[in-house]
This record gives sequence, structure tokens and C-alpha cells, in this order.
Amino acid sequence: MSSGDWPLWEVFVRSKGGLSHRHAGSVHAPDAQLALAHARDTYTRRQEGVSLWVVPSKEIVASDPDHAGELFEPAESKIYRHPTFYDIPDEVKHI
Amino acid sequence: MTAPDAARVDYLQRLGDDSLILGQRLSEWCGHAPALEVDLTLANFALDLIGQATLLLGEAEDADQLAFHRDVLDFRNCLLVEQPNGDFAQTIVRQLLFSTWQHMLFQRLTQSTDRFLVEFASKAVKEVAYHRELASEWTVRLGDGTDESARRMAEGLDWCWRFIPELFEVDETLQTLIDSGVAPDPRAFEDEYRSAITGVLTEAKLEGPADQRPILGGRRGHHSEHLGHILAPMQFLQRTYPNAKW
Repeated sequence: MSSGDWPLWEVFVRSKGGLSHRHAGSVHAPDAQLALAHARDTYTRRQEGVSLWVVPSKEIVASDPDHAGELFEPAESKIYRHPTFYDIPDEVKHI
Repeated sequence: MTAPDAARVDYLQRLGDDSLILGQRLSEWCGHAPALEVDLTLANFALDLIGQATLLLGEAEDADQLAFHRDVLDFRNCLLVEQPNGDFAQTIVRQLLFSTWQHMLFQRLTQSTDRFLVEFASKAVKEVAYHRELASEWTVRLGDGTDESARRMAEGLDWCWRFIPELFEVDETLQTLIDSGVAPDPRAFEDEYRSAITGVLTEAKLEGPADQRPILGGRRGHHSEHLGHILAPMQFLQRTYPNAKW
């Protein structure tokens, strides 16, 4: 048995209630249940999370790096899309 | 020390030594497990158990003193936890048999008349529930896996099975503590234990071996040859350089 024979799973951790799950890394595991256990043992051993998702890596559809220019560069010159022209009250968190 | 106090200290050492020795055993897997993720799982188990031992032996006396400066005959752990890791299957069998018992015990310890044990068990029972669950998951996958994994699991069961009766043994010390409500009576959950283990084995398409002649004695300091080989590397540094600090 070696983890090279096991499929790869992407791990997402919710660090506390109200926040989104964020990508933490990946684990090898033979099935979904053990992927959750491996994710727990690998990524939440220092109280990093309150909830876990695992997703088969092969199910992730990724953008093509060769198309990065047409996909992302046009956004560079459009500063009016950033909400930087508003005053944010100090009491507003998580922005 | 009064008799009940002596019995309580003995009991704390039994529970503490169970956790300490199994924790030390599991840490032997560090860097050698079948996969990186499994390596972390087993190391996490080991750390949970050594954490439990620190609390229990600290309540009994001085944890470091007890862990590093006692000889084999003074250890009170059950024989199951000192058994060799063998292959991964044998390690999983040992974990299933021990964690299931420890989980049932700690669930009941949360109702003890002893305040320390209630606080200890309330925390540790969650760790142990996870050990039990994961050992059960692995048992099913290996038992109902390939011909080779099923054969290795059967061999692991053959090795470990004879150490089960010791988990349910009640001697005079334990009886004293059962009478005062400090310790749960393990005989009260032996049927539940047997049927829980049978349930997991059935799901794993494995069979428990026929009952063998039980081997007892760990609680009285009668250990297998394996314990000395665990203690040697564990105690070497403190024996050679007493009170050395990290």
C-alpha cells in the first residue's frame, strides 16, 4: 500500500462559523470518508477549523494558464471596479 | 497513604500506563507508516495518548518520574498495549480492540465520584471516540479489502485476541474503587464490547478467533518481554542524564 495509489483530494477548511471554507491543501486517501479523516489529521490539528470539505481533485475544473492574458489582464486597468471610493465605517468588519 | 488512596493511585497508574505505553508504541510508526497521511494519523493518536498519560500520571504522582524512572515490574499497563506494532494491520487490530474498550470505559468515567477523573474523562473521551471510529474504518477497509489485507488482519486478530480478557479483569484494587464509585465496573460493559467488536468484524468480513487461553498479569507488573524494549529507548535519556531538560 502506498499513497501513490490513492486519489488526491482537495481540502477546504472553515476556520470559524460565518467565514467561508478556504482551500488548505490536499491529501491522498482511498475514499471520501478517509479523505475527511486525513484532512482532519493533516490540516486541523492546531485548531484551524470547525468544518471540513474534501473534493476529488480530478473534479476541479481549472482555467488554462495559457489563457491567463485574455482572462485576467483586462481587469488590471479598471480601478473603478474596486470599492475604494467609499468611506468605510470603522465598525464594519471583514471587508 | 490510606488504602483507598493507594488504590486510587494504582488505578491512575493503570490508566496512565495504558495511554503512555500505547502512545510510545504508536510513535514508533513516525516516519514509517504506509502513507504520509497515515503517519500523521498515528502520530496524532500517539500525542493524544501521551497527553492523557501526562494528566493521569501527574495526578498519581510526578508524571516524568513515573514515566522515566520506573522499571518494567512497576508498570501497570494491560498487556495489549505493549504488543509489537507488527504490520499496519496488526496495529489497527490492536487499536480497535483497545480504543473500543477505552472509549466505553471513559464514557462511564465521566460519571465517576472522583472529580479529577470526571474532568479528565470528559476531555479524553472525545479523543478516544475518534481513535475508535478511525480504527473501525480501517478495519472494514483492510478486512474487506484484498486477500492479502484480509489475511494480515486475521493474523493481527490471532495475535491480539488473547489479551482481551485482561481488559475486563477485576482484582481487589479495582473492586475497592468500583465499590466507592470511583471506577466503572468493566464487566458491566463486556457484552456491549464483544458485540461492538463483532459488529465491526462482521462488516469487515472478518471473524474473531476462537477464544484462546487468556494472558493476564499486566496490572500486577507481570509483563511480556516487549515492555523492556519499549522502555529502553523511552527512558534512556533521563536515565543517563537525570533531569535533563529539552
